[in-house]
Amino acid sequence: MKHVTPPTPLALEISGLSKRFDRPAVDGLNLAVRAGEFYALLGPNGAGKTTTLRMIAGLLRPDAGTITVAGIDALADPVAAKQIMAWISDEPMIYDKLTPSEYLEFVAGLWGIAPKSAQARAEELLAWLELSPHAHERCEGFSKGMRQKVALAGALVHDPQVIILDEPLTGLDAGSARQVKTVLRQRVNAGGTIIMTTHILEVAERMADRIGVIAHGRLIAEGTLEELRRQAGNGLGDAASAGATLEDTFLALVAEQAQAA
Amino acid sequence: MTAATGTARWFAHHEARLAWRDWLSMITAGRRERLRRVSLAIVIFAVFLHFVAYWMVGPYADAAADKPTLVAITATVLLSWLLMISQAMESMTRAFYSRSDLDLILASPVSADRLFAVRIATVALAVAAMALPLAAPFINVLVARGGAHWLGAYALIVAMGAAATALAVGFTVALFRLIGPKRTRLVAQVIAAVIGAAFVIGLQVAAILSYGTFSRNTVLQSQAVLAHAPGLDSLAWWPARAAMGDPVALIGVVAASLALLAVAIVMVAPRFGDYAVAAAGVGAATVRQTRQAAFRPTSPRRTLRRKEWTLLRRDPWLVSQTFMQMLYLIPPAVLLWRSFDDGNGAYNLLVPVLVMAAGQLAGGLAWLAISGEDAPDLVATAPVPKSFILRAKIEAVLGAIGLVFAPLLIVLAFVSPWHAVVAAAGILIATMAATAIQLWFRSQAKRSQFRRRQVSSRIATFTEAFSSIGWAATAAVAAVSLVLAIAPALIALAVVAGAWCMSPRAANA
Repeated sequence: MKHVTPPTPLALEISGLSKRFDRPAVDGLNLAVRAGEFYALLGPNGAGKTTTLRMIAGLLRPDAGTITVAGIDALADPVAAKQIMAWISDEPMIYDKLTPSEYLEFVAGLWGIAPKSAQARAEELLAWLELSPHAHERCEGFSKGMRQKVALAGALVHDPQVIILDEPLTGLDAGSARQVKTVLRQRVNAGGTIIMTTHILEVAERMADRIGVIAHGRLIAEGTLEELRRQAGNGLGDAASAGATLEDTFLALVAEQAQAA
Repeated sequence: MTAATGTARWFAHHEARLAWRDWLSMITAGRRERLRRVSLAIVIFAVFLHFVAYWMVGPYADAAADKPTLVAITATVLLSWLLMISQAMESMTRAFYSRSDLDLILASPVSADRLFAVRIATVALAVAAMALPLAAPFINVLVARGGAHWLGAYALIVAMGAAATALAVGFTVALFRLIGPKRTRLVAQVIAAVIGAAFVIGLQVAAILSYGTFSRNTVLQSQAVLAHAPGLDSLAWWPARAAMGDPVALIGVVAASLALLAVAIVMVAPRFGDYAVAAAGVGAATVRQTRQAAFRPTSPRRTLRRKEWTLLRRDPWLVSQTFMQMLYLIPPAVLLWRSFDDGNGAYNLLVPVLVMAAGQLAGGLAWLAISGEDAPDLVATAPVPKSFILRAKIEAVLGAIGLVFAPLLIVLAFVSPWHAVVAAAGILIATMAATAIQLWFRSQAKRSQFRRRQVSSRIATFTEAFSSIGWAATAAVAAVSLVLAIAPALIALAVVAGAWCMSPRAANA
């Protein structure tokens, strides 16, 4: 009898997603991210990455299309979809007048987590992110890196299945960036799904299981780095056979798309 | 012709351009296409103010420079000047602490002293420019009815702006030296917030304690004050005489004020950079909160309410700004205390004051809770319906209002249950109206932008104020006759309905 491997369930499925401001920002985007996958979404400035992520997180209403998060129709039942998601932007949005501990209590309260388990999880996260000595200090004096770590702890305190990050490493020093990357990798290893945009291509190259390249609101290429190299085809020239970096591949793909347009 | 770079004239041109664009952006809320409509609204408002001025000061245009007149004008000048000092202090604090272009200037090879001299002078001009449009209708009426000698009042305002700025500069620098750059910002902002109000409130409290009335004029025109006032030839009357066009007093006041400003500029401009650098070196102090034993069991709604109250409680600047209106409750509280057992008709005065204060306070609190959300994405991505979040925030506003006004209402209930019921109803309605207006005009902003919240929507600001006035008037009439209160209630309702019709929510509905 032939053994059939069950297909990996999808953490995120996007179909025909569109959003228009004064011009189309996202234009009929289709995307599928498997559960337990680290997915990096790349694209030049204004390609529609942030708009896409904000629609997934429920911060923007799409003009057309569907968004399904772990089998939940996020447009029909946003509350259920939000229950299993977390969103972190490049500008950590925390309250200056709350301490990290109080912030995590607030987030746990919003997500309806039982106080006892929320507190245990919060203490674990604060220790993990080396924030324990500052757990009871107000956030107003914190550096950008510390603020981002507090925001990350907030995103993890309710144990989300899907974490959406928009440029989470912007402005972080090397130490903080490494800590954030470690936390994200551990999250994926534990079965979580990460969808992240970044302009730091080296991070995408090292961390992502799959990479999507978006331009003018459309997905123009997708796959592992090897698959992207193949899709870049002639644009890479000799570099393809020489093992082109993600930067070479990305620039070739975007240039090809610009020429085609 | 362009001035040579780095000169005072060149800096003045730079500052004037920035100030002009900032002003334009402020009055049009960043939309230039609104300029024509805004200009028309300003003209209509100016005409309206002239009518108000005609009614208020017209009869006094021919007044002689006797003691009662000089006392009244001096009190007005003093109050205006205190408000100017308040505004100048606010501007100076911003100049020291706002980084904006300071890094660029201090890192450039030009002499920063000139720019800082220009910047201090610009504050003086801005302070005078803010006062002029409000004073102009009153001065124009006095000129039209009393003669050209009242034109001296215009020069007096410029002089007051200069003197207020000089004093604000001196005071801010003194604070810097006395309590250091860390505390100066907060202390200066709180003092700036209460300085003008304190004068009005002080006079009202004195009037209530002495004569049992809210009227400031009762004190100013009382025999006690007139008897103790200086002689007619005293220098204390020079500002009032300057306003009335006495050439010697006018030249003296203007010259002294400009000299004061010049001294402030000469003394502070060369050190301005040092102060700015010191201010830049101030990080937010580490504040440790008392460690709480355990996370408390809660619902998302209670979590949101608690967060709003905690953030408000922990921000002294916001508390000072938001609760400014509470200072105006001191006179009615004194009136209530004084009238506690003599049962006079003072309660009819008390009811509208409470309602008005509640409406205004609710507007500020509602802006903070609804628009001034520092983590909007976090709240928006929480697994709770939007309506749920809004309801929790509205409850936070109502809770805060309840906490502030309940003690006054309880005391009032003991002396006059009917007035307490009317005041409670008025407070509730005014609070709900102000909150609804903030809800309809909500636009995301940082809490630190609280002082500039009116910029995002002039309509919201005005309708919120008119709604509070309308409900205060309704409560005042209702305290005497419920039937007669129907008319002002309908007007107040119309204001709220008009706000809804003009709101972006209605456009999107």
